[in-house]
Amino acid sequence: MAMEQTYNYRVVRQFAVVTIIWGIVGMLVGVWIAAQLAWPVLNFDIPWLTFSRLRALHTNAVIFAFGGSALFATSYYVVQRTCHVRLFSDGLAAFTFWGWQLVIVAAAITLPLGITTTKEYAELEWPIDVLITVVWVAYAIVFFGTIAKRKVSHIYVANWFFGGFILTIAVLHVFNSLAYPVTFFKSYSIYAGVQDAMMEWWYGHNAVGFFLTAGFLGIMYYFIPKQANRPVYSYRLSVVHFWSLIFAYIWAGPHHLHYTALPDWTQSLGMVFSLILLAPSWGGMINGIMTLSGAWQKLRTDPILKFLIVSVSFYGMSTFEGPMMSIKTVNALSHYTDWTIGHVHSGALGWVAMVSIGAMYYLIPRLFGRQLHSIRLAEIHFWVSTIGIVLYISAMWISGVMQGLMWRAVNADGTLTYSFVESVEAMHPFYIVRLLGGVFFLAGMVIMAYNLWITIAGAKPIEARIPAPAH
Amino acid sequence: MADFTSAFWNWFIIILVIAGIVALFAFNIVWSEPKWASSKKPQTMGHVWDGDLQELNNPLPRWWLNLFYITLIFSVIYLVLYPGLGKFSGVLGWSEVKQYDQQVTAANEQYGPLYEKYFREHIPALARDRQAMKTGERLFVTYCSICHGSDARGAPGFPNLHDGEWLHGGKPEQIEKTILDGRAAAMPPWGPTLGREGVFNVAEYVLSLDGRRVNETAARAGEATFKKICASCHGQDGKGNQALGAPDLTNDIWLYGGSQQTVIKSITEGRQGRMPAFKEFLGEAKVHLLAAYVYSLSQQGQQ
Repeated sequence: MAMEQTYNYRVVRQFAVVTIIWGIVGMLVGVWIAAQLAWPVLNFDIPWLTFSRLRALHTNAVIFAFGGSALFATSYYVVQRTCHVRLFSDGLAAFTFWGWQLVIVAAAITLPLGITTTKEYAELEWPIDVLITVVWVAYAIVFFGTIAKRKVSHIYVANWFFGGFILTIAVLHVFNSLAYPVTFFKSYSIYAGVQDAMMEWWYGHNAVGFFLTAGFLGIMYYFIPKQANRPVYSYRLSVVHFWSLIFAYIWAGPHHLHYTALPDWTQSLGMVFSLILLAPSWGGMINGIMTLSGAWQKLRTDPILKFLIVSVSFYGMSTFEGPMMSIKTVNALSHYTDWTIGHVHSGALGWVAMVSIGAMYYLIPRLFGRQLHSIRLAEIHFWVSTIGIVLYISAMWISGVMQGLMWRAVNADGTLTYSFVESVEAMHPFYIVRLLGGVFFLAGMVIMAYNLWITIAGAKPIEARIPAPAH
Repeated sequence: MADFTSAFWNWFIIILVIAGIVALFAFNIVWSEPKWASSKKPQTMGHVWDGDLQELNNPLPRWWLNLFYITLIFSVIYLVLYPGLGKFSGVLGWSEVKQYDQQVTAANEQYGPLYEKYFREHIPALARDRQAMKTGERLFVTYCSICHGSDARGAPGFPNLHDGEWLHGGKPEQIEKTILDGRAAAMPPWGPTLGREGVFNVAEYVLSLDGRRVNETAARAGEATFKKICASCHGQDGKGNQALGAPDLTNDIWLYGGSQQTVIKSITEGRQGRMPAFKEFLGEAKVHLLAAYVYSLSQQGQQ
């Protein structure tokens, strides 16, 4: 019965440690391909190292390996501690860890080999898709099983978001990935033409909405109140923004297909629901930032809180930018330009990575029963990565808007003012600034890895006893 | 609109959208606190998790709620004006196809007369008109540079347009026809018929026509094959045939590359050159101007 009186920290530790490792790997690939865009010779004419293959490796590594591991680690930690029970099944939890690592390794091998479904953010071929499904079902059983045997009657708000994310990702992954297998390494989507495109973006945008938003809002709702030692600002707001967020997000995908063969009515609905998403998204931002009210002075001295609060600010900024970009007339300028890349990275670096980093600084020392080795290094990490993000997104904003304007500029005789290659040439300096931003962010991750390594070196994993729930 | 296979899906979308927006309105109204309550000091909800996690019962911020309502009202107005509710095409009757057609018509009205004026001029005269050639160059970098290069000097498989060497003829009307209707050249693969040695011999002979140092015995053997097979397109003297798009093999200008290895590859596997047709895409007037521009390039080359 000793097991029943402690939390399962083992699987949390495992996922937390690989979060740091995969973060560095994924961002290193990102930095490399950013350098390739500035200097294409860096692919060395080797097929496995071309941008086309490494780009998918980068996105899969940072979203599913880094982000995914962070979600597993934090959701397992949070669900146990807010339900006051050990995980539903240690065996299944261990299976999700090793299964997910196997998925990541399979991705790292197949993508550079050019084995791909060609569906963005769902490039992995069908055998890996099947493995993901199995791991995900196990994850859902562990998570909801733990909820089911909780010792407190109310389910904490972070768990709604984790639960919503787990359920929806299962549906999205299965239906988007439906395919006819031809060989072990090749399959064809069961959807064709514009329907395939619509399925792809229904999945793709909700990978953003549920994987990269709802899941990470779960992280925010636990780690901000904990680190700030303040109650969550508004229960009402969390209810309203949770339900409206998950309802509206699922409609937003068509804004990726403006002015295409997608029917007009579908495009309009995608745009309308993207605009409706603004308030639900900001609800999360308000709840995160206002939780700090009455404790603002902590921001001055606590780098972990800085990471968490700045991440929520970036979340607010990119969820304002997103609805604006979904408006057809804005999209006509921004679509297919670097603006989109800038938008994605203000979300991915500013929100997803920053909130994960904050959570890992909180989590990892506690999992090993140590104090963080150096607050100063964490402070340096915060500033280095913030500068990196600002460099990255401002370079992409300028380059993207410039690109869009150059493409549509017309002379008095009706010819285009700029040829395509001229717009490529004009982007070159901004590609170098973007690379610099990426190098900064990666450097911050390395500082973090060093700091946490010193923190936990020689430490014994701890077993945490389950406290009695308060009544 | 044939977007729906049955009336069911039309109503499915309409009802879901309207019900969704109405539900969001209602949801906000129900959960927003009455005014009298909002001045009280916030209390906790009375639940505690993990030692110290609690929630306050602050009301929904008014400005946030208003923002939510504004987006909902905007959506309702938008869906009245524009397509969105199933088959209903919106009060404005807007569609992306109509918008495209309008923009194309407007552009044609605005710029059409200029190209019509150029269309009435002969190509050699047009090629000397500096203003017209500036426009021609801009058309070229937009539509042609992807294969022929921004400087029109070509790339392996895509002809250099400066060198005065023509696959299908360099007279103004021939260039115009090439751009209007496209061209297809077909060099059959000879590897299966000639075998490795046979191909090597022919390659050596072809290279000898360009004054390269070659294996004399092989070239002599190749000559016989050439006269028998290749000459039907490339001519007895190897000077090619523009009617067939068969290149001159004696001038050391190579479409696919002139190394021994590349020539062997061309003979073994054949080549399928394709110039796409632009008549429908650009219209005859713009093609006329482009032809003049390409003609002007070859004239510069000869000066």
